[in-house]
Formats: sequence, structure tokens, C-alpha cells
Amino acid sequence: MEIFIQQVVAGLATGSIYAALALALVMIYEATDVVNFAQGEMAMFATYVCWTLLDAGMPYWAAFFATLAIAFAGGIVIERVVIRPVENAPILTIVIVTIGLLVIFNSLAGWIYSYVQKPFPSPFPKEPIRIGGIVFGAHALGQIAVTLVVLLCIWLFFRFTPLGLAMRAAAQNPVSSRLAGIRVGWMLALGWGLAAMFGAVAGIMVAPVLFLDPNMMGGVQIYAFAAATLGGFTSPLGAVVGGLIVGVVENLVGTYVKFIGTELKLTVALAIIIGVLLVKPSGLFGRAVVRRV
Amino acid sequence: MSAPLLEVSGLEAWYGQTKALHGVSFTIEAGGITTILGANGAGKTTTLRAISRMVRTAGTVRFQGRPLDGLATEDVVRLGIAHAPEGRGTFVNLTVEENLRVGCWGRSSKDGIEEDFERVYGYFPVLRERRAQLAGTLSGGEQQMLAVARALMLRPRLLLLDEPSLGLAPLVVREIFRILRAANRDSGVSILLVEQNAALALDLADHVFLLETGRVVLEGPSEVLRRDDSIRRSYLGY
Repeated sequence: MEIFIQQVVAGLATGSIYAALALALVMIYEATDVVNFAQGEMAMFATYVCWTLLDAGMPYWAAFFATLAIAFAGGIVIERVVIRPVENAPILTIVIVTIGLLVIFNSLAGWIYSYVQKPFPSPFPKEPIRIGGIVFGAHALGQIAVTLVVLLCIWLFFRFTPLGLAMRAAAQNPVSSRLAGIRVGWMLALGWGLAAMFGAVAGIMVAPVLFLDPNMMGGVQIYAFAAATLGGFTSPLGAVVGGLIVGVVENLVGTYVKFIGTELKLTVALAIIIGVLLVKPSGLFGRAVVRRV
Repeated sequence: MSAPLLEVSGLEAWYGQTKALHGVSFTIEAGGITTILGANGAGKTTTLRAISRMVRTAGTVRFQGRPLDGLATEDVVRLGIAHAPEGRGTFVNLTVEENLRVGCWGRSSKDGIEEDFERVYGYFPVLRERRAQLAGTLSGGEQQMLAVARALMLRPRLLLLDEPSLGLAPLVVREIFRILRAANRDSGVSILLVEQNAALALDLADHVFLLETGRVVLEGPSEVLRRDDSIRRSYLGY
């Protein structure tokens, strides 16, 4: 029982990473109908930025928030410079552009920082935390807490601020939004900025566990896809719930199903993606997209 | 003499390669209600879209003397031209109240938003009752009311209305038109109305333009045009 609870919490911890990245994917998908294949690599690159700041001697939380700001600005710049010109191109074109971004960020990180793994600090204590006789890793709990705080902030932002409302409106109905005076192009850019910021949180939180290297987010990105597919690509709440479920399932399967172990864990994500697409393509919380043809 | 509220001259518009307006010219004075009549495909909706700069255009549109050429739709709106589009443009996954808040985004002044909420809820009590409901769950008539209300939340100088009667029960249409008249009287907002229902539009408007295949072919005060035989035969059917 103890192991079970530990594994569930550890699953929630990795799941919260998937949730953050899946939320980033869903936000961009909701606004522009594009799956951003570079989301994970953008997150990885942001984590390197954080590493650079820490390496230069900046205190942890200062570097953390500075990185979020840089990621936010970077996301906006990418949308304006790279995505904007192909905005009205066929979906496949935009997908290829995001895959191009993936390769660029990966190579850039390798070129600047080399492919050697770097240790990344955790802001949380080394000593494990005991709750009711069960031992938990402090970083795992901290990771869950940070993700929850970020999610809460973003929910409050979208729910209660005029800018959040304008962004939701722009994502839903661009034509009507323009007729209300909303600068839809900028709202999409802000969306990219916010998504890049969630990605950065995911990267910084996962780096102490996975160690920092240019391919760090590859697996995480696939789990995030699984999470977004499971929860529904059209539902932010679904992305979060999906992320947590995928994290827990992955962990439990890895622990209890012997032949899968750690080596075949990634297969679980792919199985989830295929399973969901076969059984309920819109995901747990997504709405079925109806299109008049 | 001050510039007219809206001055359209030689307006042309294209959808892709297809030209839909062939040099439309007209003028709207502040404070009035003007309607554009015409058959299907005459270019009524396109005229409104051209004013809001939602289609490719040539020619000039001046609003309070200021040319709108080269502006983006959102900048035209910010000058005080609200546009309730064909099909109502409802944000179906936002609540009624959120729809109205979105309508406030382009206001020149953020003062008086709460009074304006009271005002439009006064015009359309059903929207107040349903303010926490998702707008997609409203009936067609209620969504049309919401479209008008959302446009009014901009506190516009000019309100462009595209077929507000489309697909609605006569009783609902009468109610909406009564409120349009009230809004025009209360706040002095000028209205440019595009309507298929000519009898209704002539009743509301004080000035009429008749559009045929992308050109203005006739214009005048509505009481004069109501007595015009060709109008009566073609558009009023008696």
C-alpha cells in the first residue's frame, strides 16, 4: 500500500509536468488549430536559459521568474516572426514549420550548450518529506505545488481579467472579436507567449529529475500529446486531468507490470493515444468538432 | 458645416476575383436611421463589410471626415462603428454577460460600462435573466438581441446592422426594432440597417438607399420611397 501511494504521488508529480506542457499545446491548438510540435523543445531551450542565469549566479527564484518572462517574450516573437507569415497557409504547412522549429531549437541548444547532460538544481529540500508514515520526495511534492499554483493563476487570468476574456473570445470567434475591436493577431501572439511560459515551468521542474540535455523534452512531449489527446485537445481542463492521469498510469504500469518496467514506459503513452483515438477521438473532456461540409 | 457622419464614395469591393460593389456612394448624417434595401446579392452585406474593412475595397469611406482607408477592422471599430454581423456572431462558449463584456473592448472610454449594462439589460430583460448562461444556449431571437446589445456596449456613434430580422418570429422582430428606435432616440446612435424585410425597414428608417447589383440606384427619405410605385411593387409586394 505504501509503495502504491508513493507511486501515485510520483505519478502525479510527473503528470503535473505533462499537464503543464499539454496545457501549452491545447492553448495554441484552441486558438489556431495548430499542434505546436516545437512546444517541448521551446521548453527545453527555456530551461537552458534558466541554467545560464543560475550559472551566472542568479538566485533560484529570480532566475525562475526571469526565465518565465524571457520564455513569454520568446513565444510572442516566434509567433510574430515565424508563425504569422504562414498563418493562412494550409495546416500541413504550419505543422512543418513547427517541426522545423523543433529541429532548430534542438540543434541550437546542442550547438551552444553541447549534448552533455547537465545537472539542474531543485529549489526544494533534499531531505524526503514524511506524511503519515509514508516518505515522499520533496521535489516531487514541490513540483506538484508549483504546477498547481501556475494553473490556478492562469485560470484566474482567463476567468476574471478583461484581457483573458479577450483572448478566449479571439480563440473562439476571430471575426466577431475583430468586430468588437480586439486585436486578434496580438491575442494569438500572447497565447504563444503564455504557452511558452507553461513549457518553461515544465522544463525547469522536470530538469532536476531528467538532467538537462537537448533531448530532455522528447519523451515528455510525447506524454504531453497523450495527455492532451486523452483529455481532449479542445479542453484546457482536460489537458490538466489528462496529464495527471497519464503520469499516474505510466508510473503504476512501470512499477507493477514487470515486462514493461522503465524501458517500455513510453509505449504506454502511445497506447493511450491510439486507444483514445479509437474509442473517443474527442477525448474525455473535449467537444466533438462538427464541421459543415 | 461639419462633416457628415459617414461619407461613402466610389466604394468597390472584391471577394477574391469577384467584384461585388461597383462604385457605391452615399452619405449618412449623424443621428438618423438609414436603411439599404436590395435583392439578394445586390451587395448590401458587402457594403457593411466594406465599411468595417472586412473585405478588399477601393474608393473612400470617411467617418466624421476621417478616411478609413488602410485601417484594420479593429481600428474602425475603435473609432465608434459597431457592426452586428450577418449570422449574429455570437460567442457561443461565453456567457451572455461575457459576450457583452467583449463588446466593451473597443470602447474609447471605460467609464459608464455599468450604466450601459443597465441600459441594455433594460432594453432586453431576457438577457439579464440569462446573463450567466452560455450564449450558445440562447434562442435565435435572443442571440439577435445579444448581437444588438453587444454592439451597443461599444457605445458606438454608428451601428451597422446586418439582417436583424433573419429567421426570427415576427413578434421578436417587432420587439428588436422597437428597441433599435429607442436606442437611436436615447443615445443618438446613428443606425445603418441592411434588411430583406423592406416594409419593416422603411417603417424604422428615415432615409433609404436602394442597391442593385453593386450600385445605388435610388435614394430618398423613406416616406417618399414608400409611396414610390416601383419600390412598392419590387420590395413591398402590393
